[in-house]
Amino acid sequence: MEAISILAFIFTAVAISYWWLWRQRIFDKPWVEEGTEADDRETIGGGLATANTALFAFLAVVTSLFALFISAYFTRMELNDWSPLTEPSSLWFNTGILMLASVSVHWCTRTINKTTYKAMLLATGVFTFGFIWGQYAAWQQLWAAGYYLNTNPANSFFFLFTALHALHLFGGLWVWTRATFRVFTEVDVEKAKMSVELCRTYWHFLLIVWLVLFALLLST
Amino acid sequence: MAYVAYTDREHDFAHPHSWVTKYVWSQDHKVIAIQYGLTAIAVGVVALVLSAFMRLQLGFPDTFSIITPSEYYQYVTMHGMIMVVYLLTALFLGGFGNYLIPLMIGARDMVFPFMNMLSFWFYLLSVVILMASFFVPGGPTGAGWTLYPPQAILFGTPGADWGILLMLISLGVFIIAFTMGGLNYVTTVLQARTRGLTLMRLPLSIWGILTATVLGLLAFPALLVSAIMMTLDNLIGTSFFMPALVSMGELQEHQGGSPVLFQHLFWFFGHPEVYIVALPAFGIVSDLLSVHARKNIFGYRMMVWAIVIIGGLSFIVWAHHMYVSGMNPYFGFFFATTTLIIAVPTAIKVYNWVLTLWQGNIHLRVPMLFSIGFIFTFIHGGLTGLFLGNVVIDLPLSDTYFVVAHFHMVMGVSPVLVIYGALYHWFPKITGKMYNATLGKFHFWLTFLGCYAIYLPMHYLGFLGVPRRYYAYEGIDFIPNSALMLNTQISTAALFVAVVQLLFFINVIWSLMYGRKSDPNPWGATTLEWQTPENPPAHGNWGKELPGVYRWAYDYSVPGAEKDFIPQNTPPRPGEKIEF
Repeated sequence: MEAISILAFIFTAVAISYWWLWRQRIFDKPWVEEGTEADDRETIGGGLATANTALFAFLAVVTSLFALFISAYFTRMELNDWSPLTEPSSLWFNTGILMLASVSVHWCTRTINKTTYKAMLLATGVFTFGFIWGQYAAWQQLWAAGYYLNTNPANSFFFLFTALHALHLFGGLWVWTRATFRVFTEVDVEKAKMSVELCRTYWHFLLIVWLVLFALLLST
Repeated sequence: MAYVAYTDREHDFAHPHSWVTKYVWSQDHKVIAIQYGLTAIAVGVVALVLSAFMRLQLGFPDTFSIITPSEYYQYVTMHGMIMVVYLLTALFLGGFGNYLIPLMIGARDMVFPFMNMLSFWFYLLSVVILMASFFVPGGPTGAGWTLYPPQAILFGTPGADWGILLMLISLGVFIIAFTMGGLNYVTTVLQARTRGLTLMRLPLSIWGILTATVLGLLAFPALLVSAIMMTLDNLIGTSFFMPALVSMGELQEHQGGSPVLFQHLFWFFGHPEVYIVALPAFGIVSDLLSVHARKNIFGYRMMVWAIVIIGGLSFIVWAHHMYVSGMNPYFGFFFATTTLIIAVPTAIKVYNWVLTLWQGNIHLRVPMLFSIGFIFTFIHGGLTGLFLGNVVIDLPLSDTYFVVAHFHMVMGVSPVLVIYGALYHWFPKITGKMYNATLGKFHFWLTFLGCYAIYLPMHYLGFLGVPRRYYAYEGIDFIPNSALMLNTQISTAALFVAVVQLLFFINVIWSLMYGRKSDPNPWGATTLEWQTPENPPAHGNWGKELPGVYRWAYDYSVPGAEKDFIPQNTPPRPGEKIEF
């Protein structure tokens, strides 16, 4: 199973990069072309395009990180001392809250109404902090039941997965804090709006990561 | 997260004023490149000294009582990790990547200069943490550079209490540094190329650095994952990697973990790491050969495709490092096959380098000597790789000096020759001074021949079955006296080569002080970094206007052209048509 998951990840990554390269016309013969016509880019080093490229590259790194953790999880699961985790039921509630955070940040980038924008921006933060607090509450439930990080491997992975996921959300919240501050003080609002666009992609991505992790924990 | 790329804000491009913002907390990619380079070389010298200690012990056993078995293993470990990660990766990507990317693509700087600066300071922090492990109780870890559990964190292995922890933390910090730098390199190449510079007009140096960076971004997480889980096994007592075991008569708290899982994760990083080092070297050496042979690179498109294909394949060969760990024979077959397939694009590159030299106007300048030297050492190291890629041949040779000879040839000597070639090649651009060519040629020949004196005999030691990783070989029946004598010879050569490297440092210092002023483009190269208005390039690189690019990077000896090279930013003459 772990071999399949890791190979699937590799082949997807390689396929995407090769498809992208093909679109970059890597079959051109550069020695027969002169002038600048070959370059059909509209902008060079534009603000949002550049930030988006960097964000997607970063998401690839994070995908690799979680894919490797998941493959380690499958490998470890096959050994004979594995006992499955009893997931706290509050995780369903937390998942709902994280979805609301994703919806609100998406709404934020779609609205033209200033008040809705501010409200949705705030809601994103509130829901996200709510999710992280909910995850912490789930930890406390496990601790109360006597399950710690080193109690058994399934618990070790659970704490590790949730901690790493929350850590990535905290990274997003740092950007969100700066953007929200700018929006409410009305300084550099354009810059802030660009940040929120990037936040949208990042939040959706982290929601997908959480859904994958949650499905994995539930099914094993 | 709101950034405006530097290409877009030339008017408010803030130049640093104080000494501190110019040379310490600098956001200029050229300064950061030099900071990266100097740190990497300094830590590389430490690793070189460690290898000298190891060779003293092996070549002259019982002579130097200061080297204990524990220390020997600590030196082996630190030498390996420093050379692979903290020297080669940092120097190729942090050093050359930083210096060359913006200049070769006609940009003013990296797209995120602040993050670029952070990347260097995190790298420096990781080096400081690693070096600190020499001074903690128990010293640095002696677990071998692969840090295999369970022994890496068990009592009895040198540095099991503090050394291993500092090593893991240092690697974590290094990976953060690399990720910040790597995101910058990829985004800059993709987004900030000047007008006219399509991907297929990029010099191969940039292709190599770009692909290696992508490999690094995807592969370093595997090292991070294993470092995090091993730290938890060590500190909290989890059992990701640690099986149930009795150590020093005591039952440990761990149970059921899988040491082989660590090996998979480690080598999922470890094998692409080979290409993280090799691909920039491939790219740079292609450019060096082309410039100094005054000829376009043979098969440019093939070279690009080969780099990309090697990059892809490097992710599905990792388990060839683990044949002896006991695996399903079908797995072994799969990984042997993929390993041998990599030989195809790699061989294409070697043929193309040789064919670039064919009928070229070869100038045997110092960078060219190092480049041609690289072709030799790389072919030798690559061919022994074909041996080791086969399971049946790897099993008997795996624990012998054959492996040491192989990977030092392919991953030690070869990239280092390219680094020297590149340093001599770009020295006039970086410093504005010329180096002493005679001293440089002495440096090349002594290093090149000296390396063969070190590593060629090691292959024979491997055939004899002399095991690697041993502290001393006396009293082992199957090891003949001649092998011990060979060890003395190897050590003598190694110490000689280590001392010879002083020639390089003397040359650099002498040239900085007394070297004559260099022309802006002393080699007659076509690529953009040689066309800057100032030499060395000033902050912002290009004065008021960015250069436009009208042609590929290899217009050398074009029939009918005025000179034997046409810079990339030379517009086409009216009615000019290219014959091919």
